[in-house]
Amino acid sequence: MSKPRLAIFDFACCEGCQLQIVNLEEEILDLISLVDPVEWREAISDQSDTYDIAIVEGSITRPEDEERVKKIRERSKVLIALGACAAIGGVNKLKNNFDMDDVKKCVYGKDADLPHLNTAMTKAVDEVVPVDFYVHGCPIDRDEFKHVVKSVALGKKPNIPVYPVCVECKLRENVCRYEFNELCLGPITRAGCGARCPSNGSWCFGCRGLAPDPNVDAAKEVMDKYKKTVDDLRDRILLFNSKQEHADV
Amino acid sequence: MSNTVDINVHHVTRVEGHGNIVLRARDGKIEKVEWQVPEAPRFFEAMVRGRPWSDIQTIVSRICGICSITHSFAGTKAVEDALGIEVSKQADKLRHMTHYAEYMQSHILHVGYLAVPDLLGAKSVVPLVATHGDAVKTVIRLHRAANEWSDWLAGRTTHPVTIKPGGFSRNFSDSEVREWKARLEKEVVPDLKAIAGVVLSLADKLPAFERPTEYMALTHPDYYTYYHGKITSTDTDEEVDIHEFERVVNEYVSPQSTAKWTKWHRDSYAVGALARFNNNADQLLPLAAETAGKLGLKKGCGNPYMNNVAQVVECVQAVEHALQLMDELLTAGLKEETLPDVKVRAGEGVGCVEAPRGILFHRYVFDKKGRCERANICIPTNQNHANIQKDFEALVPGIIDRPQDEIRLMMEMLVRAYDPCISCSTHYLDVEFV
Repeated sequence: MSKPRLAIFDFACCEGCQLQIVNLEEEILDLISLVDPVEWREAISDQSDTYDIAIVEGSITRPEDEERVKKIRERSKVLIALGACAAIGGVNKLKNNFDMDDVKKCVYGKDADLPHLNTAMTKAVDEVVPVDFYVHGCPIDRDEFKHVVKSVALGKKPNIPVYPVCVECKLRENVCRYEFNELCLGPITRAGCGARCPSNGSWCFGCRGLAPDPNVDAAKEVMDKYKKTVDDLRDRILLFNSKQEHADV
Repeated sequence: MSNTVDINVHHVTRVEGHGNIVLRARDGKIEKVEWQVPEAPRFFEAMVRGRPWSDIQTIVSRICGICSITHSFAGTKAVEDALGIEVSKQADKLRHMTHYAEYMQSHILHVGYLAVPDLLGAKSVVPLVATHGDAVKTVIRLHRAANEWSDWLAGRTTHPVTIKPGGFSRNFSDSEVREWKARLEKEVVPDLKAIAGVVLSLADKLPAFERPTEYMALTHPDYYTYYHGKITSTDTDEEVDIHEFERVVNEYVSPQSTAKWTKWHRDSYAVGALARFNNNADQLLPLAAETAGKLGLKKGCGNPYMNNVAQVVECVQAVEHALQLMDELLTAGLKEETLPDVKVRAGEGVGCVEAPRGILFHRYVFDKKGRCERANICIPTNQNHANIQKDFEALVPGIIDRPQDEIRLMMEMLVRAYDPCISCSTHYLDVEFV
């Protein structure tokens, strides 16, 4: 059986998630034993046109990019959204809290109407085409990336946590960030990062998206205990989860 | 016909972000030569409006996956400037060390993974595993060491967690510093020497193209700086305060680019490793100066392809200075520090640091609740776009009679030599500042 043909595409993002793939160093060679990379602009000068697995990094922010991602979808058997920008829109969705004309004027001033400077509301990839699997986070976790690609290459379903970051944070025996008078999104954010930010002395800002199975009662209790308001919470959720379907807290 | 050329490189590979090269020539006459930047703009200056001062680092780090530590520092220094937040000497040293981790990570990635394959006629680093195994292993070991160095100080390889206005979100111990000092001395310094040897063996494959260029960089009286100082260039003795950066970058919109272009004393200027070297080479530490000498890099170099060589010299400089700082920290002994209480007020601040690929400016205005009213961010790759175009215009007439593939490769290599971070350069600026 020939190896699945894998391609990586980038849209509006910082390309930091692709960098995590580069950062796998020689472990990339293990992955190459399972898949055949046929298109990866950031690291290889080769281009192809049909794929078994397409990995899409970045948000969709222009009409022409919607067309491009649709074409990629048509040519791919499986599509994986890579990182927060692709999976949930991430920080790029902060833009959606403003009027698009205002956004363009703010940045381009008198040149705002030049055609090549056009922009639209930021969309996650699954707001444009169906997505089969997700690698969450900003940036992605390298081990989780390997797990997802290996699972897909072997025809298995990847195992991605649905519980909140608090679970992993407790396991690491961190002192709760609320004890430091910080507003932490750990109670409502999808785990899988190993509670990296709280473990380094900082609050969770929700880069892995809202947990499908959050402990809402516990979140309410901790908010009340430390006198944080729903407005405080909503404000922080905007950072990575602006205009999410389930963000009505 | 060899002198009729039509090159259209859509999305140059092995660079970070999207850039196109267009060259059309008929009978040896160049009709069009263009460096185009079509990357989707992301509008960070618009997106930070309304966000509190404490969110700035988290947002602007995401401008760039490769220089996220540099963006975090520029943003954080601007917040500290605006709100009058002090940083301890210990935290300042630790920040320099964190910055150096990114320097090594970025420069080694660029030289080893993205640029060297061209010199060896390969499409990527992967086939080099079979042909140049030892060199590839050394590159991998250095790159991993740099990433783990970032993990240690920044809390993560990309998009730092620990960098906060006023210092760090966690404390570091003497034993951690000692452990890293030993690793730098025993593993990283010998590996860097080996890589310098590899680059030396390939140096004659770098095109011998020179164009007199203005080089702009941060400068500081005490050391070869990436972090503190004033703005200068090779065209002037003037040292400009960072708060006046708009006066040196002079941004303008080009129809061929979603990223703005800049100029100071000439039509364009260059920033990055070669620019810093050309301004500050006299301040290199001994091993870095020796490496530059061995590699034939001299102050006043006008060959953009030599930027890769300057990056190797800067890796040595970064490690050498990090070792000095580690000695100083260990002599004093690391102390427990807590982040200062921030008194929120209205204010305006500027942060300027050198990213691996050149000087970077951030400016923010905060209202009395500490929420951002306006932002202006000027990215190094933006500042190189016009210079890449001017280099193309000077380079191409001299090579137009060569085979098309060779012309294409030389143009692609030129773009890669600048190590452009195109995704970070495409978000424009609020030009309303006076």
